[in-house]
Amino acid sequence: MKNPQTAQQKQYQQRVNEKMPRSNVLSQCLRAFVSGGIICCIGQAVRAWGQGPLGLSEENLAAFTAMVMVFLGATLTGLGVYDKIGTWAGAGSIVPITGFANSVVSPAMEFKREGFVMGVGAKLFSIAGPVLVYGISASILVGLVTCLLK
Amino acid sequence: MKNKRIGRQTLAFPQPPRIISSAAIVGDIEGQGPLGAYFDQVLEDDTWGEASWEKAERKMFEQTVRRALQKIDLESSDLDCLLGGDLLNQIISANFAARELKTPFLGLYGACSTMAESLLLGSILIDGGYADRVACAATSHFCTAERQFRNPLEMGGQTTPTAQRTVTGAGSTILADNGYGGKALYGNVQVTAGTIGRVIDLGITDSNNMGAAMAPAAADTLCTHLSDTGRSIRDYDLIVTGDLGRFGSEMFLELCSDHGIDAQRRHLDCGNLIFSAAQKVDCGGSGCGCSACVLNSYLLGRLEQGELRRIFFIATGALMSTTSGMQSDSIPGIAHGVVLERR
Repeated sequence: MKNPQTAQQKQYQQRVNEKMPRSNVLSQCLRAFVSGGIICCIGQAVRAWGQGPLGLSEENLAAFTAMVMVFLGATLTGLGVYDKIGTWAGAGSIVPITGFANSVVSPAMEFKREGFVMGVGAKLFSIAGPVLVYGISASILVGLVTCLLK
Repeated sequence: MKNKRIGRQTLAFPQPPRIISSAAIVGDIEGQGPLGAYFDQVLEDDTWGEASWEKAERKMFEQTVRRALQKIDLESSDLDCLLGGDLLNQIISANFAARELKTPFLGLYGACSTMAESLLLGSILIDGGYADRVACAATSHFCTAERQFRNPLEMGGQTTPTAQRTVTGAGSTILADNGYGGKALYGNVQVTAGTIGRVIDLGITDSNNMGAAMAPAAADTLCTHLSDTGRSIRDYDLIVTGDLGRFGSEMFLELCSDHGIDAQRRHLDCGNLIFSAAQKVDCGGSGCGCSACVLNSYLLGRLEQGELRRIFFIATGALMSTTSGMQSDSIPGIAHGVVLERR
């Protein structure tokens, strides 16, 4: 059982909440909009490249775009650039699929020293894991509902 | 029995241990900060030629002790005891360094309060006549702390404005009994008293706001120390806190003024000193290496030069773990204080 908070605790927390420096939400949203937008434009260009010069089918096109973007995200992470982009961009570089690649490659790089099984293998999805768990769970749920409604 | 305790939590040292040497080793970003010139060594590479950051951190711990001894022509075999710790699980940096130093060793975990905790216990050993020479040390490393407490380094994201950067650095102090007559780096700087902190938790749960979590403990230790000793804040040239950072310092000063203590003009925080505003580290530095390397270079230097006569050094620690954080526990804080005087 959690102890009920004392008046002193409540008063201190209120004081901290009032005085603590806060992030500038507007500027962060703008940065996320611009950087996320740029990443999506690059994705769109890759798609156009697959559609035009490479002549890929509609089905393969989505997979091709995702693969190229993941490759770019992973490469930039390996080169030590993506975290610098992330410091500026925030959600703008976390939300797109390149951010997913970053969240898989960064623990892989970091835990190489602990070996390939219990290091890289076990830690690879330590950050992306929850996204996969709930992403896949949601898709199963939606699939079931669609199946029942049909 | 002669009672050396004053008041509730303060210990007086009638045979005050002398600080005879110290050393500080820091990482490159700390070296680029305002105190860069004071440190004994600034590392160019955060692995220091080792295979991992953890190995580099224990090397910093070991080398900072060796360096402090070297300055006064002593060796690790001249030490009666080594006291110290770090932030990593099972304090591996200190443990593995002690394996190399081969001295009797007491490992400490007080989070970022370790430097003051080790000085306090080292002084008790010497004043009590249980040791002639003691080394006190603490270390932290930005990269090892990030991977243990936060996210992989290459993961891109933003920090909140109240976040602090863990200092890559280690500091050590060599204490000796009053009869020591050998070579010494400091003329007559002594540890004359210490106040053992209480764990204080005012319910802060944000691990990116550790300054606010630790400020109440620091204020409690200062207020208790002053009431135990019957001194006023004017008896001290400086009140130095460990790693409250900018926001934590603000809360600390407010809590002090609630108790009628105006510490504003006499307060410095190691977390604010070590980085400049241009280095974009949000609220300042943290980690047990932060107070350890600032004390063992800049502050002891100022005491020795006579710019400061008496300071109260309060290292502050946030006693949470990743597990307690994930289970939504709040962050308990602790702060130990030692009085350093030039006589």
